[in-house]
Amino acid sequence: MSVFSDTFAWLADPENWTGAAGIPARLGEHLQYTGLVMLIAVAIAVPVGMYVGHTGRGRVAIVALAGALRALPTLGLLTLFVLLAGIGLMPPVWALVILTVPPLLAGTYAGISSVDRNVVDAARAMGMTELQVLFRAELPNALTVMFGGFRTGVLQVIATVSVVAYINLGGLGRYLFDGLVLSDFPQMLGGSLLIAALAIAVDLVLSLFQRLFLTPGAAGQSRRSQQAAADLTDPVATEPVVQGGKP
Amino acid sequence: MIEFQSVTKQYQGGQPAVDNLSLSIAKGTITVFVGPSGCGKTTSLRMINRMVEPTSGTITVGGRDVTSVPASELRRSMGYVMQSAGLLPHRTVLDNIATVPRLNGVSKADARRRAEELLDVVGLARPLAKRYPSQLSGGQQQRVGVARALAADPPVLLMDEPFSAVDPVVRDELQQELLRLQKDLAKTIVFVTHDIDEATTLGDRVAVFAVGGRLAQYATPEEILRAPANDFVASFVGRDRGFRHLGFTPSDGVTLHPVPTIVRGPSGPESDPAAAGGWQLVVDQDMRPLGWSTPGTDTGLIPGGSLFRPGESLRKALDAALSSPSGLGVAVDSEGKVLGAVRGGEVLALIEEARQLRQAAL
Repeated sequence: MSVFSDTFAWLADPENWTGAAGIPARLGEHLQYTGLVMLIAVAIAVPVGMYVGHTGRGRVAIVALAGALRALPTLGLLTLFVLLAGIGLMPPVWALVILTVPPLLAGTYAGISSVDRNVVDAARAMGMTELQVLFRAELPNALTVMFGGFRTGVLQVIATVSVVAYINLGGLGRYLFDGLVLSDFPQMLGGSLLIAALAIAVDLVLSLFQRLFLTPGAAGQSRRSQQAAADLTDPVATEPVVQGGKP
Repeated sequence: MIEFQSVTKQYQGGQPAVDNLSLSIAKGTITVFVGPSGCGKTTSLRMINRMVEPTSGTITVGGRDVTSVPASELRRSMGYVMQSAGLLPHRTVLDNIATVPRLNGVSKADARRRAEELLDVVGLARPLAKRYPSQLSGGQQQRVGVARALAADPPVLLMDEPFSAVDPVVRDELQQELLRLQKDLAKTIVFVTHDIDEATTLGDRVAVFAVGGRLAQYATPEEILRAPANDFVASFVGRDRGFRHLGFTPSDGVTLHPVPTIVRGPSGPESDPAAAGGWQLVVDQDMRPLGWSTPGTDTGLIPGGSLFRPGESLRKALDAALSSPSGLGVAVDSEGKVLGAVRGGEVLALIEEARQLRQAAL
């Protein structure tokens, strides 16, 4: 039998879908780790990104830092943290946070600073305080770009959180490391297919969320189509014609 | 109302953007800052609401130094309209207009009610209230910008080239609407433009700025066109200033001559043998002018020139005569019905008369 049919058999085996080492349990662990990493990363990256995007201060520093952090090898970082802090949940989580902060930071910063400067200027001239400018003018219009960074981050974490299985934690990564040790290739392939499927499913959910809940006026693509539709159907949309002065 | 006292703005390592500006703006008037790019007119405007802080000098509004209150509070007491409207893209038209009342702590329902009233004031249809700014034309966005500036009923309105990004027809319309609004509201308006025509149309007083942030002349539009203070103002005001100055000369003495007309019925032009040989003004059944025709030729309807309404300036009267193919400027009443025609030669005679009167008065 080929690896592919074995993989299929592994995925179809009801025994793999029950118990603490079953696919649902592993999936749950995988999502928990992902959620924890994202929570911490968002709590760090979004405020910093908002501050830098709003003030323009520290722009060079965060671009350099984000680039440098991206270059770090996650597995190496994880090993280092475990060696320094010992086995447990948090050392690997911090290693993943360091991986996730750059796309979130870049997305937040890019989102805030890409808001039309005229809009920001007008908001300030209306008499908004700096915080009001940030939260009422910049943030709502940056959400689409910021959410793009968030999606990138989530996908990255879903794919990479598998490494925590390397230090005896759970998650779908278990199938990869256990399969590797046992030379059980169907289990490895099955595990990686599950991770890929989870990533795609989560991204679909997030894109649906984005379409449903992110501010309507600020979404570029749908805005243009709305505009076209409005122009075609509603006579109020056209500028009233001035009565000509020609006899 | 607004007082500049020796105000200078200097950016690091360069010529001053605004150089020792002293200027007094009267309450309830439109004052226009006009000048070429880089003359400091926008900087001067933005120093009034502290979007730019002066390097030296003081600005007072209603006798109070603008630096005596927090900048955000000061700005909420002044309406601000800018070139690119600058509406918040994620908020509807109604909520955009309600911005400043909301910042002032007015309840959402009250602020929206006020915003709805303002839609009417600036001539926007109610159904537009729920649109987003990107769904509006440029002219409509500017109207929303004006409504937003008026929402908290501030005594001062600052307008930074608000109409320069819209097409000439809409611009003309918006200018007339601003003048109409100002009649009712009597705000103290400071208006920045680079267009001298816009400045003389709107301004009660016009401040001409020269490059380097110096005030070249501060006077009524009539005076700036008739007697520019120096070569810079003369060249900035431009080549047609003599003609444009006519815009301030009343047309009281203009004679209206009868004009031969033919009524165009539903079946097309009807010939009138009595007037054969000359120009005939073709009108519709309500006596509104449609164009000119010359009997005997088969050219059909020839488009007419601009229209003159009694009470308008000599400039309009002369332009009506000059732009008409027959040489007769068509005068119409407020409903657009033909009253008669003015002759170019007679208008010129009136212009000369007015000049001699002015000379005698000196």
